[in-house]
Amino acid sequence: MSILKKLFTAIRGGAREAGEAIVDANGIRIFEQEIADAQNALHRAKKSLTEVMAKEMQTKRKISAVDASIAEHEAYAGQALEKGNEALALEIAEKIGDFETEKAENEQVLSGFSNHIVALKQQVKDAEKSIKENQRQLTMVKTTESVQQATMAVNSTLNTNSSSMTSARQSLERIKQRQQDRQDQLGAAKQLESDVNGDDLKAKMAEAGIGDTSPKSADILARIKAKQNS
Amino acid sequence: MELNELSIKLASFETEGANFESFLIANPGEQDVLQVIVDGNDELPIFVTRTQEQLLCISYLFDEDEVKSELCNELNETLLRLNVPIPLSAFAKIDNKYAIFGALSVNSSLDDITHELVTLADNAIDALEAVTLYLND
Repeated sequence: MSILKKLFTAIRGGAREAGEAIVDANGIRIFEQEIADAQNALHRAKKSLTEVMAKEMQTKRKISAVDASIAEHEAYAGQALEKGNEALALEIAEKIGDFETEKAENEQVLSGFSNHIVALKQQVKDAEKSIKENQRQLTMVKTTESVQQATMAVNSTLNTNSSSMTSARQSLERIKQRQQDRQDQLGAAKQLESDVNGDDLKAKMAEAGIGDTSPKSADILARIKAKQNS
Repeated sequence: MELNELSIKLASFETEGANFESFLIANPGEQDVLQVIVDGNDELPIFVTRTQEQLLCISYLFDEDEVKSELCNELNETLLRLNVPIPLSAFAKIDNKYAIFGALSVNSSLDDITHELVTLADNAIDALEAVTLYLND
């Protein structure tokens, strides 16, 4: 059963106590052991694979060497026949027969190696897949365990902290209040700053047309018109 | 990043207009947890846990007892539907508490982690505000 399914069932059952381990420590050890086993298998399969591949290459070389010998001796046999030496040609033909037997044996060995390589490559693939799969599941188990441990640590802290006893509603109200307070403080600070700078008084005076009033565009226009008329 | 290293770095870090307070809940031999408070909102602390692969940032929202029982299914369905649109965070339930959480790779940078924390803190407040309808008065 996959870990996710196990977790699903455990949570759905709902019978467990808060903080009770869904997957026990033994379960985690089994996963870790399975990963270690798969890693060993992978290591062995890779080592055998390189050995078998080397042997496969050696065998191929042997076969091509035998092929060369066969071709060579066929030429000799031809030459013997040309010279009318049938007895020698027959002897050479027997030799070629030996070579062909050797070749057939080596080909059998070669196909054995080739099959072995296919099987080992499959083993490597399987081991890699198994490692990945187990690690993914182990992550899930360990995360579940971590969250449980963390929850217990958090709960023990929260229980010593009175703020934890308040409801979500109260928490939200307090946060909103704090945000409002901050906004008010910011507003008050701005007010204070403008008071200190006398911005407020200046603004009032300007409104009443007292002090350094900024020239109004109408006044400027009137001044320009007056210049043109003079 | 180790949790105590994160704690030290957070103390002097400010990002997206937010500051952080944090302290380590040491849990020798088991899982250490870093409690992080973003922008002084200590009602919704974020608990950071480090596993082999992930940094889990969890904020507990409310207790299942606080949910109006007749609206429980509707709330669950709504939270499931919100999981995709809500940025970086997802809703969850741990024991009998509803939570919002984000998970990061353990290789995340401080910028990534703080961005996650700030987003999670904002999401937590928004989420709480959005679900008050479903909670007992």
